[in-house]
Amino acid sequence: MIAPDAPRAQPEGLHRPHDTSPLIAVRELSKVYPTAKGERVQALSRISLDIAQGEFVSLVGPSGCGKTTVLRILAGLIADYTGNVSVSGKALHGPSREVGVVFQDANLMPWRTALANVLLPAEVLGLNRQAARARAQELLAMVGLEGFERKLPGELSGGMRQRVAIARALIHDPAVLLLDEPFGALDAMTRDTMNVELAAIAARSKKTVFLITHSIAEAVFLSDRVLVMSSRPGRIVEVIPVQLPKPRGLDIIADPHFAATVLRIRRLLDGDAASGLPSIAH
Amino acid sequence: MSDAAAPELPLAPPRLPALPAWLRARPELALTPLVCLVVLACWQAVVRLGLVSQYVLPAPSDILLALAAGIGSGLFLQHGLVTLAEAATGFGIAVCAGLVVGTLVAEVRLLERAVYPYLVMLQTMPKIALAPLLVVWFGFGASSKMAVAALIAFFPMLVTTIAGMRATDQGRLDVLRALGAGPFRRFALAKLPDALPHIFSGLSIAVVFCMTGAIVGEFVGASAGLGYLIVQANARMNIPQVFAVLLVLGCIGVAGYALVQGLRRRLLFWEPKQEMSRK
Repeated sequence: MIAPDAPRAQPEGLHRPHDTSPLIAVRELSKVYPTAKGERVQALSRISLDIAQGEFVSLVGPSGCGKTTVLRILAGLIADYTGNVSVSGKALHGPSREVGVVFQDANLMPWRTALANVLLPAEVLGLNRQAARARAQELLAMVGLEGFERKLPGELSGGMRQRVAIARALIHDPAVLLLDEPFGALDAMTRDTMNVELAAIAARSKKTVFLITHSIAEAVFLSDRVLVMSSRPGRIVEVIPVQLPKPRGLDIIADPHFAATVLRIRRLLDGDAASGLPSIAH
Repeated sequence: MSDAAAPELPLAPPRLPALPAWLRARPELALTPLVCLVVLACWQAVVRLGLVSQYVLPAPSDILLALAAGIGSGLFLQHGLVTLAEAATGFGIAVCAGLVVGTLVAEVRLLERAVYPYLVMLQTMPKIALAPLLVVWFGFGASSKMAVAALIAFFPMLVTTIAGMRATDQGRLDVLRALGAGPFRRFALAKLPDALPHIFSGLSIAVVFCMTGAIVGEFVGASAGLGYLIVQANARMNIPQVFAVLLVLGCIGVAGYALVQGLRRRLLFWEPKQEMSRK
């Protein structure tokens, strides 16, 4: 996961990711959508961002600001953009093996067991069967689904399905994990639990994570840095570092720095209309 | 319901003897055969009392005798196998053609634009009207009956395959696209299995339609088959045998339908447990 010559250095909990060259580099990224009426809508306008190896970065913004477009470009699902996007120093043209994606919905194949769903990328990419199988078992155990290998998605809860989707995104050992509002469809309680688990998974797998969310609290809780986007056209208005030690527990919500960071982002998003009250989950 | 209230209800309904548990859970297990017995008894009575001419409506007992005779002599088996072979071949052709054409129409935008209007036109036309023409083209043997069966069963397969291919979950396709899976991988891993519920709806219609096609083909002109047998018996006013053949046809139809449903349960084990559920 980490290049052999990369300075794999800092003591636990002390993230200084800018020491290495960025794993994801986005320069002057713009995207225009044609509408049905023949107009052109500027979805993204000259976005630049860097994500370093091992970093956890979130992108927050209002609905329709183009944050999902950013993720779909990084996932290789949108090809007609302008600007430069590179992952691990290689220019990104189409889907990359370096990237694992978790979508808003788990998008599991309902006819495959949890284990077979996790193995899907291994089949598509033609990885060694036995090694993939062992790794899939490990990943399912890591996301807390040991013993559920033979269950069909229909027999799993929403949270469990999203855990399977996370394990699936990690099976081919990508450098980056992209998450598009992965817990948006879950209830608030499950969502909190899943966020704690996601933090643990990110720490254990040592993956670089790029999370799209509209929940400010979620972004602050999980991230090293939060990128704040505004809409029409979609652009990054501010980059906010989160200076809270890791690992973080849910009680960090009571930390004044947490509240102050949430409030700062909220003000950026709402402009003058800021209520001054940080919302807890969303 | 209290005891004190009981004396004030002198006409309290008498308690029925306790029914066995299986009957209380599924009363239809007793009711369905009961309906059949009552109808048959009435039918038998009406005919035996002379209310309806025996030539028009034979008594159930006569039909059963004709059925036994037809099965015993091997007549029904001989002609039944002919019809079954015609219908099964037609079904096979219809299923293959429907799956291939349906997939192509759903996947290739240009093809869809070119042929879809004609498919709709053919779809709205009564295909049975083509049966005489097909007999002229394919002769009086089995092949013309296969052609009619295939033609009639083709359209439900086509329409459901197109609908199924269009119903593919985009999220699952995104997962595969993000992995760089090509069109054939996407078809095999997501589109086809996702289309199966629709395709099975088509199969259960087609399996019934192909029998209709074979029989209609035999009506138009044949020297063997259950449809031929019906026409012959009808002409000789052997109405009990007509009914007996209808019974045989009904049994074949039910068997075909059951076969498709059995296959559906095996292949669509992941579907939410609801009979004939459609998304």
